[in-house]
Amino acid sequence: MGIFDFFKSRPQKSAQTAKERLLIIVAQQRGERGTPDYIPRLKVELLEVIRKYVNVDPGAVQVNLQKEGEQEMLELSVVLPDRPDE
Amino acid sequence: MSEVIVVTSGKGGVGKTTSSASIACGYARRGKKVAVVDFDIGLRNLDLIMGCERRVVYDFVNVINGDCSLKQALIKDKRFDNLSVLAASQTRDKDALTQDGVERVLKELRGEFEIIICDSPAGIERGAHLAMYYADRAVVVVNPEVSSVRDSDRVLGLLASKTNRAEKGDGSIAEHLLLTRYSPERVSTGDMMSVSDVEEILGLKVIGVIPESQSVLAASNAGVPVILDEASEAGQAYDDAVARMCGDDRPMRFTELKKKGLLNRLFGGS
Repeated sequence: MGIFDFFKSRPQKSAQTAKERLLIIVAQQRGERGTPDYIPRLKVELLEVIRKYVNVDPGAVQVNLQKEGEQEMLELSVVLPDRPDE
Repeated sequence: MSEVIVVTSGKGGVGKTTSSASIACGYARRGKKVAVVDFDIGLRNLDLIMGCERRVVYDFVNVINGDCSLKQALIKDKRFDNLSVLAASQTRDKDALTQDGVERVLKELRGEFEIIICDSPAGIERGAHLAMYYADRAVVVVNPEVSSVRDSDRVLGLLASKTNRAEKGDGSIAEHLLLTRYSPERVSTGDMMSVSDVEEILGLKVIGVIPESQSVLAASNAGVPVILDEASEAGQAYDDAVARMCGDDRPMRFTELKKKGLLNRLFGGS
């Protein structure tokens, strides 16, 4: 292994890793900013109700609050499994 | 006109109290009438950093409860006539700080002082909330470290929504980022995020960068805010930060690695 390979194969510096992780988490935090506090609870309760009838994945329920001008719209999307349990 | 400035961070141990004390002294040295208020109820510490712990008779909660007048509770700084400290109470009662009480005391302080610095407790609970609620300006203290940066983003979100100004629509609070415990050496080796990394992540320019320095500990040991240690880099960096908060234009110092090469030592002008 030549000396240049040694330099090339050096792992990424930790500060760069920190920055990349933070850019993602901060973007995510900012996306959640301004959404009402009840959204996470609403999601959990909705999931419970849906799972009484259909065995969906915990990640299958998406609740989004969207703003269009003056109007706020609560968007609910549930991904049903391919073969629902009978 | 008076101005209420909150010094906050979310995360603990990043230098809020050190910064509050130094910023308060910085304004006082510029001739402003300044009060600095400790909002960390139950964990009073600003008095120690200011070096007036033995002169605390009444505190913030005493004033709120009407046990004494504001004047009785304010501790005059020995170094600056125009600087006063309002100590936090050591009570364990979480509800000692009421919104009404805080509003009343701040209103009275606004009548007496030009600059009121609110030293926030860590976290985002009651004390921290009330420290920022009536602020006109905020200094968010952040370390170049993942948890501190994330928490300061949370706090920036709260400043934009959960303050009197935000709720009343009186225009937003001016936000300043103060980067502390910065080590140019570690940045140069890629082990610490740089000033521009933090600025890019948070989308905000820094008002000051305080280098990691032995003199910060020495200053708190002595009860003399580090800004008064004019020989220290940290002290000078705090002075720069206050100058910028007052609208002066000062270049950043102590953010680059000092070059120690022979040529540099022989020919380096500055």
